[in-house]
Amino acid sequence: MLALPTAPAPQPRRQILVGTALVLAGVVAMVGGLLGLFLKFRTIAIDNGETWLPDGTKFSMVAANVMLITLLPICVFAQWAVYSAKRDDKPHTGLALGLTGLIGLAFINAQAFIFATTALPVGQGTYSYLFYAITGVTMALAIVGVTFTAVAAFRYLGGRTADRAVVSAHALYWYAFSAIFAVVWFVVYVTK
Amino acid sequence: MTTIDTHATSAAAPAGAGIASVADWVTSTDHKKIGRLYLGAAGLSLVGSLVVAGLLALERVNTDGTLLPIESLTQLFSIYRFGLTYMVMLPLMLGAALCVVPLQVGARSVAFPRVAATGFWAWLVGSITAIVSIASNGGPNGGNKIFVDLFMLASGLAILGLLATAVSLATTILTTRAPGMNMRRVPWFSWSVLVMSLALLVALPVLVGNLLVLFIAHRYPTISELSGNRAISDWAAFGFTQPTTLLFVIPAFGFLADTVATATGKRLVPRGTIFAAIGLIGTAMFAAAVQSPVVIRAGFSGLSGGDKISDLVPFALVHVLPLLGAFLALALTAQALRKRPAIGAPLVFGLLAALLAVEGAAASALNHIGDAGLVGTTFEEGTWLALVYAAVLAGMGAVAHWGPKLWGRSMALKATIPLALLGFVGAALASLPMMIAGFADQPGAIFPAVEPGVPGVVLFDYSGPSALWNTLSLAGHAIALLAVLAFLGLAVRAFAATGERVGDDPWNGQTLEWATTSPAPANNFADIHIVQSAEPLLDLKTSNRSDA
Repeated sequence: MLALPTAPAPQPRRQILVGTALVLAGVVAMVGGLLGLFLKFRTIAIDNGETWLPDGTKFSMVAANVMLITLLPICVFAQWAVYSAKRDDKPHTGLALGLTGLIGLAFINAQAFIFATTALPVGQGTYSYLFYAITGVTMALAIVGVTFTAVAAFRYLGGRTADRAVVSAHALYWYAFSAIFAVVWFVVYVTK
Repeated sequence: MTTIDTHATSAAAPAGAGIASVADWVTSTDHKKIGRLYLGAAGLSLVGSLVVAGLLALERVNTDGTLLPIESLTQLFSIYRFGLTYMVMLPLMLGAALCVVPLQVGARSVAFPRVAATGFWAWLVGSITAIVSIASNGGPNGGNKIFVDLFMLASGLAILGLLATAVSLATTILTTRAPGMNMRRVPWFSWSVLVMSLALLVALPVLVGNLLVLFIAHRYPTISELSGNRAISDWAAFGFTQPTTLLFVIPAFGFLADTVATATGKRLVPRGTIFAAIGLIGTAMFAAAVQSPVVIRAGFSGLSGGDKISDLVPFALVHVLPLLGAFLALALTAQALRKRPAIGAPLVFGLLAALLAVEGAAASALNHIGDAGLVGTTFEEGTWLALVYAAVLAGMGAVAHWGPKLWGRSMALKATIPLALLGFVGAALASLPMMIAGFADQPGAIFPAVEPGVPGVVLFDYSGPSALWNTLSLAGHAIALLAVLAFLGLAVRAFAATGERVGDDPWNGQTLEWATTSPAPANNFADIHIVQSAEPLLDLKTSNRSDA
């Protein structure tokens, strides 16, 4: 009888990393689409001599800047977790993931602070719709990121130390999130 | 005949009976079961949507316009558009892909099976909720605020579910291929599914983002371009029309290539060029980035050189390149048919589906040329219908082709080929007359528009030259419905009990799915195969013949 040659079942090639990258591609498309709408309507309003930013709207730029700054340590700690996981250094991996999650929570707290202190009702018009849609999405992404951190920590610290792909995918998520938020910060908070 | 002795030892878990069987299907993470759930739900949606299509076509023919209550026309139009686009086209393609792709790439499972299963249930719940909300005077032009809101949320959920399945499929193809199967050796259908999945990941999240903004704007209305029903048509329509819908039929070209290669028993070449052609169709995804129609403006010849370029470049990217890709994929694949193929139902389905898809791509490009004067006419609906029916024929063909691998039985081929032809006739009759009526300026709209303060506005013309085309379109929908019902009946009868039991490789296939048992076991393969070409089974059969 003839048969195709066989081989042991190979390990999937960085499945979680690839899956995370694909999801992030979708996230980039979604946030990019929202920012495109934001810029389009801003241009129309300015060209027509209309008011774009509703009168009296002020954000806490301190909180917005802090959110941007927190992303630097988040990326460093996420990469630290990858570095430690590759060396089977469980304590440092746990510490790095813990710090990533903690700072992620600080990010969410800062975003919630902006929502609470910005005198901008949701039903104020085109600007407010887009502001809350874009910042709401970034907050949701941060919550997903912290959840991802918790999952990565539980899996790794729970004994699946060979499962480094999750830690790498987790780091990739935070890198991409940082890039996305940097653009959101510039468009929505700086240039408004 | 070549015999493959690599059957899986573990058979599929017994389904049991009654509640146990239902629970088995509901909680299953077997890609073949999730795929079949998609196919079954999409099949039921297809029948329902075609009934609605027939009613609307009948209303167009009915000259006094009293057949359907005028208030319900808006809702029926929304069900027709949403149903055929997101409950039929895309689920049919994703369902077939989910059944077949892991088998084709030699994987024991789909990547992230729970994500794929969650995607199916999110799509199902979202779709049903969207239809209920439209029926409750919600939907794109509904009058009930709460149900309009619910429609947007439910549509978003359904699309997210489909995206989850697309992620699962793309990851499977990228990460779980059999040893030796580099990207150039990926089977045609799997390649086309990869192109579609990646394109969906660019296009559909933009639609989800827009639905989110529109939901917020509708929930907290003010005077804004984003508030009100009109905004929904303006900013979500790109997800329900061309060229976005062209992305949904990309697997039809991969399916055709697979069936042509199988039918001819030869290697399909030039492989790289056909891969590139299928990939080119995916450039239509950039239409979503613009979020509004990419057109060549009316009065193009009078525009300045800079304006002409600014119209032509995006037009070429989202209309011409996909059309070129579709045409090349069809032409290069069809030229292999000179090698005396064994004519079978899957080949006929694939060929006719690809023909319709090319027609849809060409018509979509024409529809976006301002000087053609087709914007706002039924030409758009005809184009969309050509693509819808392309997906339907490809889906039916996929069931006929891979059904033996899923159920272990085959459909009666003598009865299936006429159904493919009947379905094509129905599709052509349903879509082409709408295009011709578009040339006769019969008004149409992506969503039926309702003027503020007016109880209901009908946007189609009941008289004049359009009457004949409307009648033909009605006949087309009726014929297509007949073909679909007959096909479903045949499929259920064949796969449930009475179909002929088939061997593991009933079509003399070339790719890995035919190297396992029919039906395939729960884990697909007992042994993981090493692949040394794009047609591993053909290699084996050729070497078998030469040895003999």
